[in-house]
Amino acid sequence: MHKRITRLLGAAALALAGAAQGQSLAVEMEVPRLQVAEYHKPYVALWIAREDNSVAANLAVLYDVALKDEEGEKWLKDMRQWWRRGGRALDMPIDGLSGATKGPGKHRLVFSDKVADLPPGNYRLMVEAAREVGGRELVEVPFQWPPQQAGQAAASGGEELGTVQLSLAP
Amino acid sequence: MKKTLAIVAAALTVASVTLPVSAHRAWILPVATVLSSEDPWVSFDAAISNDIFHPDYHAMRLEGVQAIGPDGQAVELQNPHTGKHRSNFDLNLSQSGTYKVYSASAGLSARWETADGERKFWPGRGQRPDPEGFKKNVPMDAKNLQITQSSRRLETFVTAGAPSTTALEASNVGLELVPVTHPNDLYSGEAATFTFLIDGEPAVGAEVSVIPGGSRYRDGQAEIKLSSDSKGQVSITWPEPGMYFLEAEYSDERAKAPATGRRGTYTATFEVLPL
Repeated sequence: MHKRITRLLGAAALALAGAAQGQSLAVEMEVPRLQVAEYHKPYVALWIAREDNSVAANLAVLYDVALKDEEGEKWLKDMRQWWRRGGRALDMPIDGLSGATKGPGKHRLVFSDKVADLPPGNYRLMVEAAREVGGRELVEVPFQWPPQQAGQAAASGGEELGTVQLSLAP
Repeated sequence: MKKTLAIVAAALTVASVTLPVSAHRAWILPVATVLSSEDPWVSFDAAISNDIFHPDYHAMRLEGVQAIGPDGQAVELQNPHTGKHRSNFDLNLSQSGTYKVYSASAGLSARWETADGERKFWPGRGQRPDPEGFKKNVPMDAKNLQITQSSRRLETFVTAGAPSTTALEASNVGLELVPVTHPNDLYSGEAATFTFLIDGEPAVGAEVSVIPGGSRYRDGQAEIKLSSDSKGQVSITWPEPGMYFLEAEYSDERAKAPATGRRGTYTATFEVLPL
């Protein structure tokens, strides 16, 4: 029970975190509404990749955190790019990283605190979704850090993810 | 029973006349190799068949199949069952890291001729090359006696969480594969490098064959043929995701007396994932 409360707080902190060093990075992620007989909210991993594909920062991992005996972790590997690039080395759940799955609609997530120490360079925002009895999709949005001016960049998925919009501000 | 004897006799005759034809392949196939969660389980099939990963000939006997865990300790096979065409078992990956499932044997083998010119060999099919059997069955004064240091090894790998390497350490006996690329970190379109060792030294010029599973659903074997380089290494670029069967053979004359040659075979099952 105690663990569960910690997790909920972790998820809340993730959603409400504000800018740390002034610079800000926020993601608006669309989970599409799908007309399927059996619908489960997708697992989604968000991270920042360096040019060599290594992980510069894990932003969020949204999965069935509330299932008993941590059973939700069984399908974390289905976000296979994230799993390979670094997810497999993490001992989930992690406060401030693990969060509950999100249903259809647009979700705004602010990660400014997680990129405060990011060295200057070229990066990609990676958003990978995997859905039980559904598909898997990865959307990438390239960006430069730190941002010179406020701006937005976006990319869209075809099946499991709608538009992923990255908003940066210096 | 009579039929079995006849088949064994036929097999012995064929093997003694021609070189052993490895048309039948032994394999252990995990249903998955990359797993998450706190306490995952994996199921395996083990069989001997012509078509790779299509069990239609003989179940593999599980007596010689072993597993070691990320800490290098033996792990028990769970729920073992031997059916007509395949054996099954489960492994409980209670520790995070890489597990190796294997069957291996090594020892002296021999060929000779009797006084009447009849060709003989030991061990027979399915027999293990143990020292007592060698002493009992091989006449050291036989005509044209040829003694070979033989080894065979069959492996597959599964990983819970992050890959680890303790279970992959070489025994330094016979032909073995040691990873440069981890065997549970294989992705379509990427190259993987493995080193082959013979008795702990680089096996130079080992012949390696890599065949994707699913040959039932295509016309050819789609075999990739490779030869290990001066470091005993091969580099394989996986053309597509799926399960793969790898077979390596090595032989030379650098044996310890009374053997005059060394021969090793190594086979393994690998899973290649899409990126």
